[in-house]
Amino acid sequence: MDLFEYQARELFEEYGVSVPAAEAADTAKEARRIADRLGGRVVVKAQVKTGGRGKAGGVKLAADPAAAELTARAILGMDIKGHTVHQVMLAQPVEIETEFYVSYVLDRAAGRFLAIASAEGGMEIEEVAATRPEAVARVPIDPSHGVTADKAAEIARAARLPPETADVLVKLWTVLTEEDAVLVEVNPLVRTRDGRLLALDGKVTLDDNARFRQARWGGADTDHDDPLEARAAAKGLNYVKLDGRVGVIGNGAGLVMSTLDVVAGCGARPANFLDIGGGASAQVMADGLSVILSDRDVRSVFVNVFGGITACDAVADGVVQALDEIRLTKPLVVRLDGNNAAQGRAVLDDHRHPLVEQVTTMDGAAQRAAQLAK
Amino acid sequence: MAIYLTQESKVLVQGMTGAEGMKHTRRMLAAGTDIVGGVNPRKAGRTVDFDGRAVPVFGSVREGIEATGADVTVVFVPPAFCRAAVTEVAEAGIGLAVVITEGIPVHDAVAFQTYAKQRGTRVVGPNCPGLITPGQANAGIIPADITEPGRIGLVSKSGTLTYQLMYELRDIGFSTCVGIGGDPVIGTTHIDCLRAFEDDPETELVVLIGEIGGDAEERAAAYIRGHVTKPVVGYVAGFTAPEGKTMGHAGAIVSGSSGTARAKQEALESAGVRVGATPTETARLVLERLASP
Repeated sequence: MDLFEYQARELFEEYGVSVPAAEAADTAKEARRIADRLGGRVVVKAQVKTGGRGKAGGVKLAADPAAAELTARAILGMDIKGHTVHQVMLAQPVEIETEFYVSYVLDRAAGRFLAIASAEGGMEIEEVAATRPEAVARVPIDPSHGVTADKAAEIARAARLPPETADVLVKLWTVLTEEDAVLVEVNPLVRTRDGRLLALDGKVTLDDNARFRQARWGGADTDHDDPLEARAAAKGLNYVKLDGRVGVIGNGAGLVMSTLDVVAGCGARPANFLDIGGGASAQVMADGLSVILSDRDVRSVFVNVFGGITACDAVADGVVQALDEIRLTKPLVVRLDGNNAAQGRAVLDDHRHPLVEQVTTMDGAAQRAAQLAK
Repeated sequence: MAIYLTQESKVLVQGMTGAEGMKHTRRMLAAGTDIVGGVNPRKAGRTVDFDGRAVPVFGSVREGIEATGADVTVVFVPPAFCRAAVTEVAEAGIGLAVVITEGIPVHDAVAFQTYAKQRGTRVVGPNCPGLITPGQANAGIIPADITEPGRIGLVSKSGTLTYQLMYELRDIGFSTCVGIGGDPVIGTTHIDCLRAFEDDPETELVVLIGEIGGDAEERAAAYIRGHVTKPVVGYVAGFTAPEGKTMGHAGAIVSGSSGTARAKQEALESAGVRVGATPTETARLVLERLASP
């Protein structure tokens, strides 16, 4: 789960990293009061979990509390790359002397974390890394030692950062490990004209797998702009809304992704990703179908199940029970293959639902579902 | 012959007495796997009956090794305990740990993978279906009755796509199928399996299944170009996945241009790997390649 900037800022502050004075608001009125508290002149920043806020007009300087209210009103509700702005952060402006970049990211290939740091923060770090890789230091971190004062000094030297950044690097590592984050990025880390070192903007991604020992952030990520995704999440479904017409249900993330591709290969667009996992119980099938059927864009639904551990007849029983529970309003194309495929197909044949048809191959079934969605 | 797992393998199951552990231990035994024991400190000294076969439970991995000569372990313990479980395996010196458990925190995975590597323990997974050498042994949850033994090697990030391809090519059969898992930090990579299949005289062709996220397939492509003489047929899932969204596997995230299915396909093709557009077409490419070597 990605944190909002204001949440990342609070974390940094808690771990002793200096940050500008700032507060989040979800109404323009509140923004005005906060601006007043912060001394009048503030930066108003849209809180969305995506990059490119500045270019989209989501970051503006306001000269006084009245201007802050107007600016907040303009930014709240704005759409930035498909994310609606529900909150703004008001921050005291700082006078920047130098901008740096520091982050800890997972290096999948090496199976460990990397410190990435550069004395050229502020602009697109990807661009700096691509055009002048020597300006970006990459230092692997041994998990059994972590980032000690010595390691931090090594990172700072490698990136030609001032020595006083080492302390920040140690604290950010503590944020990463204590909070079970998989990404901690500060861009920019700035030195102000009055000589302070401040984390001006930050991104923190928490590890969803570590929720069981990180009570603070609560249960599931409730940040779903899409109402169908929110509904699916509430039912514990692994669902992602897409923009096509063919609803897709399958078992196993790889197979479902493959199903989306095969549907797209037939000239149709998938309406969603939905992985019902290995068990494929009647309840999960019914929940999944009801979410997909309430998607107004959906014209047909493709159920693609490979019976591995769960045999196809059990899956077919689940489909039949689900059909008893919900009202099927759109054609359903079912492809069952693998263990007990013949028995599974027989179960569905016996059920004789007028809107259900079976195709035995994945490619053929995708073709049929695409045709029905036209 | 096969890779990593044979009928000679003596297999321990950590978490055998839990629900998943029980279910899959029974299946692994039925597939001919020599399951020599379970590990659970709270149930040490007991035995568990699996359809007439009594499997002893040991208090620790080390005890299990001393009593049985175990050289493989399959891990079903809950996510919170996997770090300790794999660390114990590496300390005890078992050569292969197959970690089925899903949902292990990344920091734990980084810690135990690093330690296992230092100790010379190969980890397969986590969050994977394990590996099977059909007709010999099954370490994990791959259904054993999909396919017969044969001459294709398979390595895949995805479980159900593994089953799908095994099923499509069941008439040819497989030497070993390895589900390496879709987590960001995995112990055994496509490259490790390609190297092992290249050295395995009974594997004639390798099927490599990838999906969006990371650059494992790109690195595998570079490895194939330099080191693999056997034919490789590929499949990549996730062409339609939108940018920045997670789709099930922790590894299946696209962010930016690198890691897309298209980039992976191009990398593989430039290394001489034929890549199927669908699982079925991939199976057809395998048949064609085997028919005209």
